Amino acid sequence: MGTVSAASAANKQEGAQSCSSGFAPAPAERVTLGALHFKEANEQVRQALDRVDDVALEDVRAQRYLGCALPAGKRLRIHGTPGNDLACFMDGGTVEVLGNAQDQVGNTMNAGEVIVHGRCGDAAGYAMRGGRVFIRDGCGWRAGIHMKAYDARQPVVVVGKDAGSFLGEYMAGGVFVVLGETGDYLARGMHGGVIYLKNPPRAGALSDEVVLSRVDDADLAVLAPLLAEYDRLFAAELGYRVSAEASEFFRVTPASSRPYASMYVR
Amino acid sequence: MIDFALPRYQVRRDAEECVGCGICVRECANGVHVARSGGTAPKADHQKCVNCLRCVLTCPTRALTITRWPQVDGGSAVWTLEYLQDIATQATSGGVLLSSMGNPLPYPVYWDHLLLNASQVTNPSIDPLREPMETRVFLGGRPVALEIDERARTLRSPLPPQVKLDVPIMFSAMSFGSVSLNTQRALAMAACELGTLFNVGEGGLHRDLERYADHAVVQVASGRFGVDPRYLNAGAMVEIKIGQGAKPGIGGHLPGEKITAEVSRTRMIPEGADAISPAPHHDIYSIEDLRQLVFSLKEATRYEKPVAVKIAAVHNAAAIASGMARAGAEVIVVDGFRGGTGAAPKRIRDNVGVPVELALAAIDQRLRDEGIRSTVSVVASGSIRSSADVVRAIALGADAVSCGSAPLIALGCHQCGDCARGRCNWGIATQRPELIERLDPDEGAERVVNLVRAWTHEIQEMMGGMGINAVDSLRGNRLMLRGVGLTDRELDILGVKHAGE
Ligand code: SF4
Ligand code: SF4
Repeated sequence: MGTVSAASAANKQEGAQSCSSGFAPAPAERVTLGALHFKEANEQVRQALDRVDDVALEDVRAQRYLGCALPAGKRLRIHGTPGNDLACFMDGGTVEVLGNAQDQVGNTMNAGEVIVHGRCGDAAGYAMRGGRVFIRDGCGWRAGIHMKAYDARQPVVVVGKDAGSFLGEYMAGGVFVVLGETGDYLARGMHGGVIYLKNPPRAGALSDEVVLSRVDDADLAVLAPLLAEYDRLFAAELGYRVSAEASEFFRVTPASSRPYASMYVR
Repeated sequence: MIDFALPRYQVRRDAEECVGCGICVRECANGVHVARSGGTAPKADHQKCVNCLRCVLTCPTRALTITRWPQVDGGSAVWTLEYLQDIATQATSGGVLLSSMGNPLPYPVYWDHLLLNASQVTNPSIDPLREPMETRVFLGGRPVALEIDERARTLRSPLPPQVKLDVPIMFSAMSFGSVSLNTQRALAMAACELGTLFNVGEGGLHRDLERYADHAVVQVASGRFGVDPRYLNAGAMVEIKIGQGAKPGIGGHLPGEKITAEVSRTRMIPEGADAISPAPHHDIYSIEDLRQLVFSLKEATRYEKPVAVKIAAVHNAAAIASGMARAGAEVIVVDGFRGGTGAAPKRIRDNVGVPVELALAAIDQRLRDEGIRSTVSVVASGSIRSSADVVRAIALGADAVSCGSAPLIALGCHQCGDCARGRCNWGIATQRPELIERLDPDEGAERVVNLVRAWTHEIQEMMGGMGINAVDSLRGNRLMLRGVGLTDRELDILGVKHAGE
């Protein structure tokens, strides 16, 4: 995505390198990626996943597409920095990153869970229609773009720190939670789903396509468990908890599910 | 305020022929024909007529004719009645004018300026009825050179995935939502029968069509509707839709009223909400990013499916196509500005893009100049009206063509251009059950198969006449074309000589 924001360029290795989620048993197999080309890297990962369900990737250096189409029951634990399109088209698997992630985490993801113990780049959750993404720190621009819900599927993204501009653009469904600040052009073209913000949006960031309100009990039923999960995953490494603050959140919802209903004439 | 809108058509009923049966009243979903009591002839509300010919063709006594509304404009070639009416509509509503089907304006149709060659005396012509005539083509990427083990007669260099087409004619992308399931079904069945591909468009693959999936192109557009690993792996080929000839540079909005339960399930989006395809893919801002998406699809399909990229024919199509080839696209699809659509803003449809003939010739030439033409396949679409257009497109450099309007016309479409309203009387561009029922998929498939078979015979005749016995030998063979009534510049871009040269 190169040109989209400077935020994604600052994808330095920072933050805790220890895993605290403790959800996965010790991975049964390790694959070291080093300087491997993504094609070879992904082939090796797939072969390892054919043998065992849990695979740890070591020395990951920005290889793209890790966890692509990963099915249910399979887990990747990534040490290093995975490249763009992490967990793209993921279909029920689990990916945990002990470091930062780059652009388009969970691109067109169907189901499963991504946990990033660090920050991520632009367009996280692009066109996601199911599953959950937990980012411990911040994210770049255009996160949650065109997320969509369908039947019982409700995609969820939780971002622990600041998010860039154009968050929730064209959002058509799902839940996006931001615990830090958000940028300009928030929720442009949003016509479904909900965005929960710990801090009020920047002045002028919202258009009249959306409605800003305080969370109510129905929201809390959705939000509180997500914050509790964020705490479970990250509180130990962050040294603070967020779930007690659920009731202070703001809610952004679309004014209409038919934003362009009266735009055209014949 | 006086309503400025004039009817576009006049419904004329021959009083002597009309038997007052009322069939037209039932057949017209636009409610033009209004029954009158006592078995007398119905009355027509001209304003609502879109000239789809449904009533004309179902009237048992042929009592109906549709004519243009006889009102003249002021005689100005500038302020035509059409502009007057458009301004009135926009002044009333403040809306963006919506249109359907292809660009109808009288821009040059280069197909009509290209004549085909035939053999005389030297290089004898071939009779396709007696001699084999190959119409099969393969689409996919190709290595620059092939390494062959001559002893074992096996291939040493790996060949990228290919799809086989028994005829060089595919069906263009039409999504479920913009067309009815019966339309898609008819095209799917026809594609299987003909050994070619249909294209599900950007609306997902309906579960009833899964059994035809090995003849499907599955599309990935900016909205990513219905795209999951199962979908990507179901089709014969994956196509990234960057643009469409009818509306280059803009996305699409499928209005909420067309998102029925079935459409919602297939697109995997909420029912009744607008389905918005953003103008760009938000993970593509450059050729490098396109490469990233191409390879994410290759990863998701384990490098087993060719990946096509479709663009609208625009000014820099040749340079863009070169970038696409380098980004890993194995099939380059170029859709001209006369290509059809379910809905496009009228000003975009009528003013943006270029004719596919010019874009195709420029793309083929550019890829040849760069020495990469043989590494990719090229598909042209957007106003292929006959077998002769197919031959011209292939001679200009296409491996195959995609047709959308022609097979729809075979199914009953009369190009009324009112698809966006969702009340297609022929059961094509609609989601209304009572209208969809009118299109029998089996019958429809048979008509489409007939059409393509007939075209294929004609293509064989034309190729035979040129002394060519395989589509592969016609591809890019511009010596088989001559221009008439074209400027030097046009001839130059098309890469053809003038007739008589
Ligand atoms: S809209 Fe079609 S069916 Fe209705 S009156 Fe006009 S031509 Fe006949
Ligand atoms: S598909 Fe139907 S509505 Fe569209 S142009 Fe053809 S006949 Fe008219």
